Amino acid sequence: MANQLIVSLSPHVHGGDSVQRNMYGVVVALIPALLCSFYFFGIGAVLVTAVSVVSCLFIEWAVNRYLLKNPVLTIADGSAVVTGLLLAFNLPSNIPLWMVVVGALFAIGVVKMTFGGLGCNLFNPALAARAFMLISFPVEMTTWPVAGHSFAVYADAQTGATPLAVMKDAIKTGDTSMLDKLPSAFDMLVGSTGGCMGEVCALALLLGLVYMLVRRIITWHIPVSIIATVFVVTGVMHQLNPVFASPVLEVLSGGLMLGAVFMATDYVTSPMTPKGQLIYGVAIGLLTVVIRTFGAYPEGMSFAILIMNAFTPVINSYCKPKRFGSVEGSAK
Amino acid sequence: MKTFKIGGVHPEENKLSAAEPIRLAPLPQVAVLPVSQHIGAPAKPVVDKGDKVKVGQVIAEAGGFVSAPVHSSVSGTVLKIDSVIDASGYAKPAVFIQVEGDEWEESIDRSEQLVRLEELPGLTGKDIVAKIQSAGIVGMGGACFPTHVKLSPPPGSKIEWIIINAVECEPYLTADHRLMLEHADEILVGVSLLMRAVDVNKAFVAIENNKPDAIELMTQKARIYPGIEVVPLQVKYPQGGEKQLIDAVVNRQVPAPPALPASVGAVIQNVGTAFAVYQAVMKDKPLFERVVTVTGKSLARPSNLLVRMGTPMSQLIDECGGLPENTGKIIGGGPMMGKALLNVEVPICKGSSGVLIMDEKEARRSRPNPCIRCGKCVAACPMGLEPYLLADGAAHEMWDMLEANAVTSCIECGSCQFTCPSHRPLLDYVRMGKSTVTGIIKSRT
Amino acid sequence: MNTIVLAVCVLGAAGLILASVLYVVSRKFAVKEDPRLGEVSAILPGANCGGCGFPGCSAMASACVRAADKGSLEDLSCPVGGMEIMNKVAAVLGMEAIADETPRIAVVCCNGSCENRRQIREYDGVQTCRIAHATSMGTTACAYGCLGCGDCVSKCQFGGLSMNAETGMPEVDATLCTACGACAKACPRGLIEIRPVTHELTGMVVRCRNKDKGVQAKNACDVSCIGCKLCVKKCESNAITVEDNVARIDAALCTLCGKCEQACPRKSIQKIGEWDTPQEMPAEENPVTETITTKNKAQ
Repeated sequence: MANQLIVSLSPHVHGGDSVQRNMYGVVVALIPALLCSFYFFGIGAVLVTAVSVVSCLFIEWAVNRYLLKNPVLTIADGSAVVTGLLLAFNLPSNIPLWMVVVGALFAIGVVKMTFGGLGCNLFNPALAARAFMLISFPVEMTTWPVAGHSFAVYADAQTGATPLAVMKDAIKTGDTSMLDKLPSAFDMLVGSTGGCMGEVCALALLLGLVYMLVRRIITWHIPVSIIATVFVVTGVMHQLNPVFASPVLEVLSGGLMLGAVFMATDYVTSPMTPKGQLIYGVAIGLLTVVIRTFGAYPEGMSFAILIMNAFTPVINSYCKPKRFGSVEGSAK
Repeated sequence: MKTFKIGGVHPEENKLSAAEPIRLAPLPQVAVLPVSQHIGAPAKPVVDKGDKVKVGQVIAEAGGFVSAPVHSSVSGTVLKIDSVIDASGYAKPAVFIQVEGDEWEESIDRSEQLVRLEELPGLTGKDIVAKIQSAGIVGMGGACFPTHVKLSPPPGSKIEWIIINAVECEPYLTADHRLMLEHADEILVGVSLLMRAVDVNKAFVAIENNKPDAIELMTQKARIYPGIEVVPLQVKYPQGGEKQLIDAVVNRQVPAPPALPASVGAVIQNVGTAFAVYQAVMKDKPLFERVVTVTGKSLARPSNLLVRMGTPMSQLIDECGGLPENTGKIIGGGPMMGKALLNVEVPICKGSSGVLIMDEKEARRSRPNPCIRCGKCVAACPMGLEPYLLADGAAHEMWDMLEANAVTSCIECGSCQFTCPSHRPLLDYVRMGKSTVTGIIKSRT
Repeated sequence: MNTIVLAVCVLGAAGLILASVLYVVSRKFAVKEDPRLGEVSAILPGANCGGCGFPGCSAMASACVRAADKGSLEDLSCPVGGMEIMNKVAAVLGMEAIADETPRIAVVCCNGSCENRRQIREYDGVQTCRIAHATSMGTTACAYGCLGCGDCVSKCQFGGLSMNAETGMPEVDATLCTACGACAKACPRGLIEIRPVTHELTGMVVRCRNKDKGVQAKNACDVSCIGCKLCVKKCESNAITVEDNVARIDAALCTLCGKCEQACPRKSIQKIGEWDTPQEMPAEENPVTETITTKNKAQ
């Protein structure tokens, strides 16, 4: 025989899954939402997305090559692409491009690489960068172009109030009639409202969810628990006091869909057992409702997820999987 | 359809040789019989250089209670007692026999006639166990645990069922499948013998659903055997694991080690062992040959061969078309739990269920990535453990943490490493942690 | 203005109250520790290498204090600090100085480099010696030889071992080795020995542990010991014994005459120090080196 025999321990076969397959699967799931954002927000969306993805890739490559002197080409695994896309989805389409680069620098350089690179970050890079940009550039990050009106226009896009801002006003003033300004549920589902690029078309996001479930990239536990919690809690609130918007509108508005399907399900920052994931999802849902209702910001999803990211290690150590032969799940 | 409740994966089945009837492998020129083909104390040789031996003659006596004798599988002259590299990856003592002719011990009944249990009413459970012990029968599924020990459960344990493992969940292997199709009656008599040995009146024969012909045949034949029920199971790896089998068939979960299946009332035996039991008790034939699946995508003729122990694997591979050019690994057993062999001369032993030829490309591991904390290993683990945590802990020598997280419950099935998208060598580390922690626990007592 | 005054007062009062609470708690719940423990810990090197046999320098300090109470520091020694440190500890604890001890060094008792020992198969598993050893006899025909994955190198906290890329074997740097024994514990095949050093960092060692019969050992490696016993015949101090087809030299009896090295047909016997090139390092920079080299100069 020409070559030497290879020796290693079992197993000697592999199921074929890989980091690339999962990351690029997420990218494919994001395509419907991406196309919707181009349709509703025009050239601005294209520019912001492109700059975000390219910056994220460049920063990860540069940090690996020059700071860490790591010979492996980590950008090939697709995680930087996903971060780039998700970061873009959190931004308004008329944001100056240099701010996008700053956001990418924070997301990849600070949140991901300083903690150790892929698999080691404590917080979701795209969300942490969004929070950073919100605090650093409050005006640009809270001026939302209105969907569908500005295809070829970028910087001078017509801006307006988002559904969440309207809901916030209603709560602050106690005036139920303000809720009449809200778009219909159908409009919010399909996406002709204001907001950040990725969050407007709930239908596209749901398509992405179905795709990821079918390809077994994520499981149902986190998205369903978040959406169900928000639906139930806001439903109760709406019954008690009509100044709170209806649960259907709450679920379809703002970053809830985007967060529930793509941000909270990020592997690295979410718990690893089904029980832990359900607890995580319920807590995110509750925090989102609390922040949306009582907080200063109209949107609570990103902060809720970031807060729960910090709890993920604790959830992981207390929510052990059900061991074979034991009665209960959380053995110590 | 029944299955085990926690974890599991679905490797490609690749049952290339499922339709190949069992055929005889040619006798070797020199038979190399290791003295340790079982778990427990190695057997002690009772022959010397120059001795003439016959097929079925004892050439090594059991080294204790948890041990088994070794019988010659060939007739000829003992060449030497030397060492040979076996599936463990190290050289172990073995008896080398120059093969001359094929003369069997006279006591062995070579007739084809089926001997039913009803024909021997005076045969007690104790007689059966004694015959099994002297025939050198060990678990033929690959674990090689001495069968007579398993049939002598600790006093105080209440055995309710025999469960026959005809699942063959490993990809590529088809030996048990063909054995059922061609020797169903003998197997069922063997099952009845096992039932009498532990004094139970109920036995299950568990078969995975990818063998519908075997399920149908066994179900039909089992009708005349009281107390034997054929149970089809969902195809999922590792359904053939002892604990998973008991969970699926009778819905009971064996507690963590040192608990044994006997503590939940079950005794498991591989279907090949049941066949060997029939031959030992009814035909006075000790264990010296077995069915081996020789297979692989690059092999010319994947087959199921009836092989004498001690035959070097090279001979079997030649019988199936020769070793392909770009072979990377030769695996003793299946791809999930088998051992990568060091050379082609490794001899067939009592636990050798298969020889799998894997080409170089498929044999090489991919470069591992960092853990992306996806949790797929946790979902896959059939014992409900957290492989990512155990592997990390073992790599950092955190033995206390490993013990607290039940590393000794790991059955080394490989589902975690199979699933990991980052291609991390999880099981390599977990195994290392498990053996270290087991050693630490033993040293405390 | 009032708000500033109010803020200062409130915060000042809060600070005072909390400080008092902390003070009271630190006094009331203070753990009484033997003051000698702190003194001894300060003298010990603080490397926490485990060479003394205890899990860290503070554990060694406790052991010293306990031993002092029993009357003798005899069984305790810090290989990093050497006798100088141990004598300082003895002084602090009010005990007599301890007798000098022979310096020791780690020796890799295998010379099966890539050139000497043919590789006949590939290992594709995790590249640590421990797992490689558990997988199989290795990539060569010698089941006793160095696996080359460098567990010893990673365990050394003093940089005393490094992997030579050409030979595939670990090499000991005599100036950095503190003989703490971590590498010896790390090697799954027990190939590293901590041997006493005599005669200015040299001594005779059989660099082979292959227990296979002569023919097998010969085929596996060009410099293996085949158990021929020619060295035993030549040795005038009865320092060499052959057991399980492999020779071993007792360092206590060896006079360094070198006759065994000349007699060995396999070139298995070597002088320690002849293949290591101690680095040119000024003694002041490395207190550990100072201890070993000044001690040897004194001899």
